[in-house]
Amino acid sequence: MVKLFKKYLKYYKPQLIIGPLCKLLEAIFELIVPLVMASIIDVGVANKDTDYIIRMGGLMVLLGVVGLCSALVCQFSASVASQGCGTKMRNDLFRHINSLSHKELDALGTPSLITRMTNDINQVQNAIAMLIRLVIRAPFLVIGAMVMAMIINLKLSLIFFAAALLIALVLYVIMSKSVPFFKAIQKKLDKVSLVSRENLSGNRVIRAFSKQKQEQKRFNDISEDLSKTSINVGKLSALLSPMTFVITNLAIVLIVWLGAKDADSGIIMSGDIIALVNYMTQILLAMVVVANLVVLFTRASASADRINAVFDTKPSVIQGKDGALTTDNSAERVRFENVSFAYSKDGENALDGITFSAKKGDFIGIIGTTGSGKSTLVNLIPRFYDATEGNVFVDGKNVRDYTFEALRRKIGIVPQKSVLFSGTIRENLKWQNPEADDEELWKALSVAQAKEFVQENDGGLDAYVAQGGKNFSGGQRQRLCIARALVSAPEILILDDSFSALDFATDARLRKAIKEETNGTTAFLVSQRCSTIKNADMIIVLDDGKPAGIGTHRELFENCEEYRAICLTQLSKEEALK
Amino acid sequence: MKKTSVLKKVLRYSAPYLPYFVLALICAVISVSLTLYIPVLVGRAIDNIIAQGNVNFGNIAEIIIYILIAIGGVALFQWAMNYCTNAISYKTVRDLRRDVFKKFNTTPLSYIDSHPHGDLISRVVNDVDAVGDGLIQMITQLFSGVVTIVGTLIFMLSIDVKIALLVVFITPLSLFVAAFIGKLTGKRFRQQQELQGEISGYVEEYVGNQQIVKAFSYEERSFENFEKYNDRLYTVGLKAQIAGALANPCTRFVNGLVYASVGIFGALTAVSGGITVGGLSCFLTYANQYTKPFNEVTGVLTQLQTAVAAAKRVFQVLEEPAETPDKEPAKGDNAIDKTQDNPQKGIVEFKNVCFSYSQNKPLIEDFSLKVRSGEHIAIVGPTGCGKTTLINLLMRFYDVTGGEILVDGTDIRNIPRNDLRSRFGMVLQDSWLFEGTIKENLLYGNENATDEQVVAAAKHAYAHSFIMRMEKGYDTVITRDGSNLSQGQKQLLCIARAMLSNPSMLILDEATSSIDLLTEQRVQKAFAKMMQGRTSFVVAHRLSTIKESDLILVMNKGNIVEQGTHEELLEKKGFYYDLYNSQFA
Repeated sequence: MVKLFKKYLKYYKPQLIIGPLCKLLEAIFELIVPLVMASIIDVGVANKDTDYIIRMGGLMVLLGVVGLCSALVCQFSASVASQGCGTKMRNDLFRHINSLSHKELDALGTPSLITRMTNDINQVQNAIAMLIRLVIRAPFLVIGAMVMAMIINLKLSLIFFAAALLIALVLYVIMSKSVPFFKAIQKKLDKVSLVSRENLSGNRVIRAFSKQKQEQKRFNDISEDLSKTSINVGKLSALLSPMTFVITNLAIVLIVWLGAKDADSGIIMSGDIIALVNYMTQILLAMVVVANLVVLFTRASASADRINAVFDTKPSVIQGKDGALTTDNSAERVRFENVSFAYSKDGENALDGITFSAKKGDFIGIIGTTGSGKSTLVNLIPRFYDATEGNVFVDGKNVRDYTFEALRRKIGIVPQKSVLFSGTIRENLKWQNPEADDEELWKALSVAQAKEFVQENDGGLDAYVAQGGKNFSGGQRQRLCIARALVSAPEILILDDSFSALDFATDARLRKAIKEETNGTTAFLVSQRCSTIKNADMIIVLDDGKPAGIGTHRELFENCEEYRAICLTQLSKEEALK
Repeated sequence: MKKTSVLKKVLRYSAPYLPYFVLALICAVISVSLTLYIPVLVGRAIDNIIAQGNVNFGNIAEIIIYILIAIGGVALFQWAMNYCTNAISYKTVRDLRRDVFKKFNTTPLSYIDSHPHGDLISRVVNDVDAVGDGLIQMITQLFSGVVTIVGTLIFMLSIDVKIALLVVFITPLSLFVAAFIGKLTGKRFRQQQELQGEISGYVEEYVGNQQIVKAFSYEERSFENFEKYNDRLYTVGLKAQIAGALANPCTRFVNGLVYASVGIFGALTAVSGGITVGGLSCFLTYANQYTKPFNEVTGVLTQLQTAVAAAKRVFQVLEEPAETPDKEPAKGDNAIDKTQDNPQKGIVEFKNVCFSYSQNKPLIEDFSLKVRSGEHIAIVGPTGCGKTTLINLLMRFYDVTGGEILVDGTDIRNIPRNDLRSRFGMVLQDSWLFEGTIKENLLYGNENATDEQVVAAAKHAYAHSFIMRMEKGYDTVITRDGSNLSQGQKQLLCIARAMLSNPSMLILDEATSSIDLLTEQRVQKAFAKMMQGRTSFVVAHRLSTIKESDLILVMNKGNIVEQGTHEELLEKKGFYYDLYNSQFA
């Protein structure tokens, strides 16, 4: 937590100094008020001096006003610093998450990232606010009381030190014991978020299988578990204030007893004992506040650890330095040189020994059985993952040398899962190129065979898109995703099984349009359909990650056993040779 | 919704824990009164120190024993009170979460479809959490506060009724100030919680789809958008915090004024001899004690207000109307026989069905269709023509807006949803799996299946071989979002899951769209075998896969434009003919 505090509080040094100082001022004024009241009674009432009483009364009001002002300044500083730190943290966290590669994000998981971004940062934010409001007041009161005790009686003040030490020990023990609990609580909150997310996204399936009861039970178990852990840690932190109470009061008893002995031998007077007892009570009151703070801080420190864990995760794919948006003049666009890839270190190779070269304007078809590595292959081009062996070149340069931006600007991708983002159609289409004008957007839509239904929609380009694009049918969504990738004609177009939700007529029209409308674009077409890739300039047939054949339809149909088999299940021999 | 009513609703949730409340109150009474009593005892002990050489150690020892007992008592009851408070709020939180979650599976599907999931998740996680924190603060402050107030009141009244009444009536002034500030700032707290929800939604959307964000180099722009949300949260949050934090200094100030005026008034009274000096000083001590609870409540006002705003969002979900309740099947009318040797007939009839997602845009109008038992129906047509909508209606994810759908002669609105749905096996284009092992996922539709049956279903779905290639076979854990599987593999698992559930009717909505065609054909065969004599509905684009269907419905713009078998439709040379031939173009 200290690390996180240091990093963010440095932006708020003025608030960090002024806030507690004002609080201190307020505390001092608060202490003066009883003195003024005492003098009202001692002087004013005793002398029956009405004037004096009213004058002093005015002074009290004045003290109140000054106290109010400094309290307000303190509260203001605390609010600015805590909200500011929280906001900065959230920004940095989001930016950092954006920099992570797929592998790390898979490991952290979206639901947990949501909790960290909201709940955990809130905890830390609260802790910062409380820190500024209370951090100086309590020690001030405690130290003040101890100094006063030493002045009154050095020997008896030893009791104060012993008590302070004991309290510190109790705080430390309870704090360190409860940190793991709080970490567990945040983790369980992740679970709550996970199951909620699953149930929201899989709502249809759950209802279709009539699994509501089981899902409810699954959730209830997690929620029950969370509640139990919270109550358990509650038992622990509930010990704090009673224990401080016991320690301080035992100290009081000790003061009275030893004080009585000293008084008996004439070393101390009973008035001094009263004073000592009062100071001890003051410490108790301060400690009660501290105890509450400690609970807050323990939870915040658990949260801070979780936030730091994200910050400490380093992206596994690191971008190169070459940010130039240039193309070389050679005819070659993409080259794979003996590329192999495995998702985990000890895992099987998902791709094995892939070598090929694609020219500008080429149509590359990629086909193979389910799980044969088709998507993995195209994912290596925009560097979603890095090849574990071999190299991938784009425009003659190793993809590792490009900055992400420079590399990915060249590439238009239509992912397998058609996802749109909430907003308007126009906003979604401008993802590739924020400067694109409506003309370009309509052109992309028309190539993607989406122009018609967008035109029919109320609002056209400004039509509303719900999260994920749920207000469009699967096929419409897919075509919008294709249009999104086509805006301002990327050099490389990756269509990862992007026609699956389209009927054949649309599929055919779409392919034709892409071929005609994009000039020099190299298109990678991952598909299950022979007819879709039949006319490609080059077809890569994958079998369990290995290249089973590379060539044109005709060549492969004659020489490649796997390809022939795939074709013949879909097309008659005549159709295949047409 | 007013603030008080929200509070009532939350308290209704805590009502089952009334015993804890009572216990907490008793503990509060005991520990607070003992806390107030200890100083009295200490004072008495000190009174026994009269002068040098004149100390009554016997009495002191006796008093100290009382003090020790009191200390023990305070510690014990204070702890017990804290425990009860925690128990009440965490149990209430648990119940709230349970019910919000329950809503997710009982509201009409349109609610889930039209609300950002991240925002709903934020309600389950963050808002409920805030309600819990608020409850703890409220109960703690309330109980010890009330006891302290009552206790000090008694003492004050016993000293001087007139000044006591003055204190009693002036102090609530500070509450008015707090309430006034609260009213001014309530809106900001609500906005704050709403923005939290929006941020969750944004993170859910953009972090959940990082692949696309990266593909389009959208990182910077998504960050800029996020920053905008975050900035708004900062502005609103800051205003809420500052305004909320105003309450405490202001109440303190008001109470300070009260203290001062009591002091002045008391002093003036003392001057005229209305009260003794000792009485006045004692009185002032209690007056000080009396105002403390008021100060402390306002000290946690921001937390309380956050809790109120959060509770509002939680109850918004809870008060969302549930689906129209299932009708109990009338006797004999709809007896559902689940025995194996008496398969259901599987007759489905659409009668003049009308439906639209939004009121002004009719999608399906006057749609009629009769499906005989055991028929295989294929639905084809251009995208967006309403194929998936038909499935939504058949499964009662949405209810028809006109006409009726009959299954085995009964209007499906008269069949309990779970009964209706359990008759269908369903595989959707968007394959959904949960975090768990492959086996757990497969068993989802039929918990009682044996291992052999699981493997058999996986084999039929051609999932067995890739499952076995995974490190832990059927015990491999599918990670969040199933990112360790390809889209096609996920679909195969969903198919195996549906096969294992052994339904009497089958719905396949683009169920094989991501599977290679070779595997698809094999899977189709397995389906065909399984569905012998059972009614099935298949939505597909690959016309090759539906050639064998008994009836092909060609849909366009919400209506059936053609129907018949593959051969009949080809002969017609109509819509279907064009569609079919386009795949060889």
